[in-house]
Amino acid sequence: MSATAVPATLPRVARPSTRRRADPFGSLIEVWFRVHTGAVYVFLYLPILVVVLFAFNDTQGVAARFEGFSIRWFEIALDDPVVMKSLTNSFIVAIPNAILATAFGTMAALGLQRVGKRVRLGFDALTYMSVIVPEIVIALATLVLFATSFDAIETLTGIKLKFGYPTIIAAHVLFNTSLVLLLVRARLSGMDRTLAEASEDLFATPWRTFRQITFPLLLPAIVAGFLLSFTFSFDDYVITTFVSGPGSSTLPLFIFGQVRRGVTPETNAVAAMILGFTLAMLLIGQAVLTWQARRAGRRGDTGMAAVVAET
Amino acid sequence: MSADAARGAKLAEPGRFRARLLTTILVAPAAIWYIVLLVLPLVIVVIFSFGTRAKNGGYAPAFVLDNYARALSKPDPFIDSLWMAAAGTIGCLLVGLPLAYFIATRATRRKGLLILLLVVPFWTSFLIRTYAWLLILGPGIGVGTLLGSLVGGGRVDLLGTPFAVLIGLVYGYLPLMVFPLYVTLERMDRTLIEASKDLGAGRWATFRQVTLPVALPGLVTGSILVFIPMMGEYVIPQLLGLGRTYLMGNALVTDFLDARNWPNGSARAVGLIVIMMVTISGYLWFVNRGRRTREVSIL
Repeated sequence: MSATAVPATLPRVARPSTRRRADPFGSLIEVWFRVHTGAVYVFLYLPILVVVLFAFNDTQGVAARFEGFSIRWFEIALDDPVVMKSLTNSFIVAIPNAILATAFGTMAALGLQRVGKRVRLGFDALTYMSVIVPEIVIALATLVLFATSFDAIETLTGIKLKFGYPTIIAAHVLFNTSLVLLLVRARLSGMDRTLAEASEDLFATPWRTFRQITFPLLLPAIVAGFLLSFTFSFDDYVITTFVSGPGSSTLPLFIFGQVRRGVTPETNAVAAMILGFTLAMLLIGQAVLTWQARRAGRRGDTGMAAVVAET
Repeated sequence: MSADAARGAKLAEPGRFRARLLTTILVAPAAIWYIVLLVLPLVIVVIFSFGTRAKNGGYAPAFVLDNYARALSKPDPFIDSLWMAAAGTIGCLLVGLPLAYFIATRATRRKGLLILLLVVPFWTSFLIRTYAWLLILGPGIGVGTLLGSLVGGGRVDLLGTPFAVLIGLVYGYLPLMVFPLYVTLERMDRTLIEASKDLGAGRWATFRQVTLPVALPGLVTGSILVFIPMMGEYVIPQLLGLGRTYLMGNALVTDFLDARNWPNGSARAVGLIVIMMVTISGYLWFVNRGRRTREVSIL
C-alpha cells in the first residue's frame, strides 16, 4: 500500500467509534443522571421551601398541616420581645466577629507570604485544625478554658468575669479567621505577581502597591470572607450555646429551644426572615463583586460563589 | 519567594528590621487567637482527661487513667458514631458522585449555575435546614404517612430513628462531598474516556479503570471533609433523632454539662481527636504516597 493511501483510510477506521450510534443503554444512563440530579436539587431545596411555606400557615398554634395563607405569624414574631432581643444579640455578635475575623485572616494571609517555610507549615496545621476538629470539641474545650480561667482570675484578683458577648465573639473569631485566611490565600496564590512587581519597579511604595494592586485583586476573597464570617456567626448554634451567658443568647439558640418543644409558625416566620436576610446578603455581595470586576475591566471573574466553591 | 528573599537580603539593617516587624504585626493577631483559643483549650482537655471529678462537678487535679477506662468500657456512643459517620459518608458518596459527574460534564454556563445552586443552601442556616426535616418527616407533610400506606401498615414514624439522623447527615454535608469531587472530575481529560472506549472497554470498565482513579483524590478529600464533622455532630442527632440516637456529640454534652464530669468528657473528646488524627494521617499518607515532596494541604 502506498503512503498516500494511509491518511485516506484513517478517518474511516476512526469514525464508527466516535459517531453516536443508536445506544439505548447510554441514553438510559443519561436520563438517569438527569433524574438523579433533579432529585438532589429538590432534596436540597425542599426543606427551605417547607419552612418558608409553613411560616405563612394560618393556624392558631403548633400545626402539622397547612391551613391557609397568612402573614400573621411574621407580625407576631416581630412583636415578640424575645425574638427582637435575640436578633439584636445576633448582630452584636456577628458584626464585630466578621470585622475581626476578616482583618486577622487577611493580615495573616499577607504576612504568611513573608515568613519561612517552617513557620508557614506550623501555621497551616493550626488553620486546618481549627476548621477540622469537630465543632462540639472546640466548643466544650473553649467552655472549659473560659470557666477555668475565670475561676482563676476571681481567686487571684477578685474580679468576676462572666460569659457574654465577648466570649461568644472570641470563640467565633477563631473559626472565621481560618476561613478568611484560606479564602484570601487561595486568591493570593492564584494572583499575577508581575503586577505587584511592575508596581515596585515603577517606584511605588509598598503601601501604594498594596492599595492599588494587591488589595483590589484580593477584594472578592475579602468580601466573601466577611460575608461568610458574618453568616457563620449569625447561624452558629453549637459554639454559641456553650459560651453564651444569660442575656446574650442569639437567634439560633432561640430557634433551637423553640423547635425542641414543637415547631410553631412563629419559629418558621423567624427562620424565613433569617433565610431571606442571608440570601439578600449573598446577592448583594455577588452584585458588589460583579460591579467591581466590571469597573476594573476584568472578565471571567465569576465572583464570590466561585471563590467559595474553589477553596 | 526566592526573589523576595533576595530582595530582603539586599535591604539595609533597619529596612530588614522594619520588614520583620511588619510581618510580625500581620501574623500576630491570628497567631494569638490560635494559641489562646485553639491550642490552649485542647491542651487543657488533654490534661483534664487524666484528672478526677471535683466534688461539686468540674475538675480536680490527679493523674489517673480511670476516665479512659470508663470511656472504653462504655464505647456505645463512640461505635454508634463511627457507624453513623461511615453510613453518612457512603450516603454522600452515592448521592454526590453521580451529581458531581453530571455537573462536571455540562457546558460552562450550566456548570456555573448548578454549582451556584449547590452553594446557596450551603450558605443558609444549617440549623434551620435541619429542623425543616422535623416538618417533612413529622406527621404534617407525612413522608411517614406516605411510607406507611405504601407498606400497608399505619404511620411509619421516622423521627427519632437512626434513619432520620442519616437523612439529616447526608443532607447537611452533601455539598462538602460534591465540591472536591466536582473539582477533580472537572479537570479530568475527557479524551481518556474516549480512548478507553476506542480500546474496546465497556462502560463499567471505563468507569472503574479511568473515571474512578481520576476522581479518587477528590473522593478521599470529600470523604474526610464529611466523615470527621459527622463523627462529632450534635445538632442533627439531637433534633432529628429526638435525642434517642445517642452519638459522641450528645455523650460529650452530657458529660460536660449534665454530669459536670469534665475529666470523663475530656477523655471522650481526646478519643474523638485521636480518630480525627488517624483519619487525617491516613489521608496525608494517601496524598503523599509515591511523592518526594510533602504536602500538608487538606482542602
